[in-house]
Amino acid sequence: MMDVKRRYVIPGDVIATGPLRPEQNVYQDGDRMISTCVGISEIFENSVKVIPLTGGYMPKTNDLVIGKVIGTSPLSWEFDINSCFVGFLPAQDVFGRDYSPTKDELRQRLDIGDLVATRIANFDRSRDPLLTVQDRDLGKIESGELVEISPSKVPRLIGKRGSMIQTIEMATKAIITIGQNGWIVISCDDSEGLLKAVEAVKMIDALAHTPNLTERVKSMLGVPDGENNDTIND
Amino acid sequence: MTEDGIRCDGRRLDELRNISIKVGVLKNADGSAYIEFGKNKILAGVFGPRDVHPKHMANPDSGILRCRYHMSPFSVTERKNPAPSRREIEISKVIKEALQPAVILKDYPRTVIDVFIEVLQADGGSRCAALDAAAVALADAGIPMRDLVSACAAGKVADRIVLDVNNEEDQEGQADMPVALMPNIGKVTLLQLDGMLKPEEFKTCMQTALVGCKRVYEVQRKALMEKYFQNGEQ
Repeated sequence: MMDVKRRYVIPGDVIATGPLRPEQNVYQDGDRMISTCVGISEIFENSVKVIPLTGGYMPKTNDLVIGKVIGTSPLSWEFDINSCFVGFLPAQDVFGRDYSPTKDELRQRLDIGDLVATRIANFDRSRDPLLTVQDRDLGKIESGELVEISPSKVPRLIGKRGSMIQTIEMATKAIITIGQNGWIVISCDDSEGLLKAVEAVKMIDALAHTPNLTERVKSMLGVPDGENNDTIND
Repeated sequence: MTEDGIRCDGRRLDELRNISIKVGVLKNADGSAYIEFGKNKILAGVFGPRDVHPKHMANPDSGILRCRYHMSPFSVTERKNPAPSRREIEISKVIKEALQPAVILKDYPRTVIDVFIEVLQADGGSRCAALDAAAVALADAGIPMRDLVSACAAGKVADRIVLDVNNEEDQEGQADMPVALMPNIGKVTLLQLDGMLKPEEFKTCMQTALVGCKRVYEVQRKALMEKYFQNGEQ
């Protein structure tokens, strides 16, 4: 593993000085690198970043998010994507190019309150995020349990190369869909596995900043040590 | 005040009142803090970034910050009319302007960050205490900030410069000067003066207040660390 220096920081903390590149949640003041949020700072060879521990979801192009339909207009659906912006899904994306507002009824496909796995097709500062369901694994979610966690903890839930999520999926036989916006849908045929998976996700949300989390999740799920040896403890 | 500089509440000239801050006390707010600054008891809640209503207030280039300072009717000895008074409107404005340089609003175009401050018990210097709580609440909400904002007052009582003026000293004293500082950047974001000071008195008063701000910062820092890292300094 690369030599990475980690430290707990709050806004205003000077993480490092010198010729470094400020990345996420860091800004440059002269030659000082200053954190802009509460989180864990990481100093790499030539860049600095802070992993936030709090805060809402900021849409990013290509993110998979889980959205809830909150309304329709003649040409699009409006989605709550757990962000300060409302997501838009154009009707043509679902009905195809020959969509006509007089012929097709939007509510018949996706009604208010439905959960949908979508991808952010486009987002910039001047417009609300544009969503799409034109991909594999995207579309309406028919069943499962919705768990909300803090969006800043999603990377932790996934783990290095997906190690954490694989551990949970294998131990509980559940299928977990993770939205980058902190909404997670867990479905499982067996109710005990479902409960365990929900518990594991909630535990990660609560203990995201602590080290050796994979180990703790494993012992909670009753996975013997030694399995999944390729996972890296962070 | 006695000859050897012991004040009406037993403090030395350069002594702060007891300060304690609790982070994350409101369940429904995105970020919140509760401060006890001597006998001041103040709650601050941050909501957002979220949609702006009324819509015409929205700024397409950056987010906006709104602030409401309000005193509960029971916060002072004589019942206070709950309608916003001239004084509360002024304090809302100065707190907003003291926080604005610290908050990076550029990241959230077309949104608003609302800061609500409720004074449950007032005892002089409540605008400084409110500002301290609001800054911590903003950090708790995960809103990107250049630095925390720490505020503290200094003043002139019985011809001597004192730190952190309480209500009694404010009534009887000759001057009261609230100062807010971004401690890591070293920039002052609030400077008011009620009363009269000679130029050299102003200088010492300012120095005293800045020292106070830095001590307040330590308390703010500790409160945030406790919430997010259980004080496990690395």
